[in-house]
Amino acid sequence: MNVSSLAGLVGAALVGLGLYGLIVNPQPLRKILAFNLIGSGAFLVFGIVARRGAAAAFPFDPVPQAMVITGIVVAFAASALAVALILRLQEETGKVTLDPDVPSKPPVTGASNP
Amino acid sequence: MIETPPALAGTAGGSLLVLAILLPSAGILLSFVLGGRFAERVALGLTPIGLATAIAIAILVWRSRAPLVYNVAGLPPPLGIALRADGISCVMLVTAALVIAAAAFYARASFATPENVSEARAPLAFWILIQAVWAALTILFVGGDLFNLYVALELLTFAAVPLVCLAGKPETLVAALRYLLFALFGSVFYLLGAALLYGAYGTLDIVLLAERVRALPAVWLAAGLMTAGLLAKTALFPLHLWLPPAHANAPAAASAVLSGLVVKGSFFLTVRLWFYVLPALPGAAPEAILGALGSAAILFGSVLALRQPRLKLLIAYSTLAQIGYLFLIFPLASGVHPWIADGWSGGMMQTLSHAFAKAAMFMSAGLLAESLGHDRIAEFAGAGRVMPATFFALGLGGLSLMGLPPSGGFAAKWLLLRASAAAGQWPWAIVMLAGGLLGAGYVYRILAPALTDGAIVLKAPPQRSREAIALALAIVAVALGFAPQSFFDFLQIGRAAASALP
Repeated sequence: MNVSSLAGLVGAALVGLGLYGLIVNPQPLRKILAFNLIGSGAFLVFGIVARRGAAAAFPFDPVPQAMVITGIVVAFAASALAVALILRLQEETGKVTLDPDVPSKPPVTGASNP
Repeated sequence: MIETPPALAGTAGGSLLVLAILLPSAGILLSFVLGGRFAERVALGLTPIGLATAIAIAILVWRSRAPLVYNVAGLPPPLGIALRADGISCVMLVTAALVIAAAAFYARASFATPENVSEARAPLAFWILIQAVWAALTILFVGGDLFNLYVALELLTFAAVPLVCLAGKPETLVAALRYLLFALFGSVFYLLGAALLYGAYGTLDIVLLAERVRALPAVWLAAGLMTAGLLAKTALFPLHLWLPPAHANAPAAASAVLSGLVVKGSFFLTVRLWFYVLPALPGAAPEAILGALGSAAILFGSVLALRQPRLKLLIAYSTLAQIGYLFLIFPLASGVHPWIADGWSGGMMQTLSHAFAKAAMFMSAGLLAESLGHDRIAEFAGAGRVMPATFFALGLGGLSLMGLPPSGGFAAKWLLLRASAAAGQWPWAIVMLAGGLLGAGYVYRILAPALTDGAIVLKAPPQRSREAIALALAIVAVALGFAPQSFFDFLQIGRAAASALP
């Protein structure tokens, strides 16, 4: 087995693990970590694509690298947005859940935001 | 110097596409820098200019009967990134500009910065986010590169999710978080599919890919991953769970944009993928699956809409059903057959008429909720008499949803029915007819109690100007039913499959 296939298999495994976590774990924070795991798998696949130099003229294709960097920035921003939402939810209700029926104001502790 | 093949060269007037993207993007930055009540002025001031740009693009495409192309920095694909506007891009650009403008003027009453402060959080966020939605949609409609489109899809998500939770209440935060998680699943799967396509062909340009794609296992896998991701973002059954709470809990102006336009963004990309990138795949089976999921969405969404006690939830569930109709375009407009022109026209007409009808209905529902202080359908008795214009807009929007003539919804469903009859694909026709009946049922549920007698006390009468905006959108949805044949010819511009027909 050469390095490319090994990296490809690892990428596939990461995607599979992440997808499992995203579906099975009820906690939002774990779901976000699982999303990042799938993202890492996808970035690894991009890495192998770069190594294979699919755009025939290049010995080592730089375009997928540019895409991976963009992808990492987007995934980082997405995680930050999700964590911000979770923090706000924690502040408002005192617990973090995706159950649509639960939330209501907790017995007041701490200051509330204007 | 390498010669650029004619299919990839830029065309005259292509810089208008750049202007269409730059306008809302510059608006975002300007609103952010100036802050306070300037954000509102910038957003409102840009809407007529953006609309004029979209119309100018449409006129250029109409005259030349060919897509408008702009190569960024003069570099043609595969190295450069192309922007292209064909027939469907143009109508979506104009629709987006109209609905965004309507939503912005409608929202002035709810998102004005209060007199005694220089800046407030929710208004500033709203005016910046609505421009961000507009910018992202514009890139989605004219993008010619699958990775560029991925970035646009992400921008759209990041702009749409905070719109859901502007009110900051716990249930809106939960709805936004669920929406975000579904959307993230969708985008990462799309990205993985794009990586596989790049690995197979060394380009993500739509025109180049369409020439090179063959039915390889990697291409099938990429198509499956990207489609699954896009369906999660479009909320097609069974990946719809996030939509009703998100759309029903958002402020009315935001719901109008989310339901009318944002779900159409990822649907548009699904259409791009199957009709423009992958027409070389022998697609009967996947397209039948998409059609079957759409049919399930029509029945499931309509039945649930019938059972909702609250108006905004009812309208949100009806969005699920109406999204289902959109996906009938896949079995009815693919391949090379005599009926695909009808299928294509019907699917695109449904996209447009639903955008206008649903935006009008969410705006009317917002007016009702503000005037009555609630949106429980059972307590609407007498409301039709005190708010006639609002209920007229709801009724006209409903007309289009259930597909009664004359309306855009009728034209759409009639064309789709005709295509399914010509193709001998009867199951779609039966589902559409059942969906029409169920649609009539849930629209009747809104209007019937409102038209009965009852004493009702309004907290405040609705503003005439806001009623007029909702009514104008509903009238556009109805007027689409009178679209001439030349409009449907326009929708075919830039479609490869159409030119293969005799």
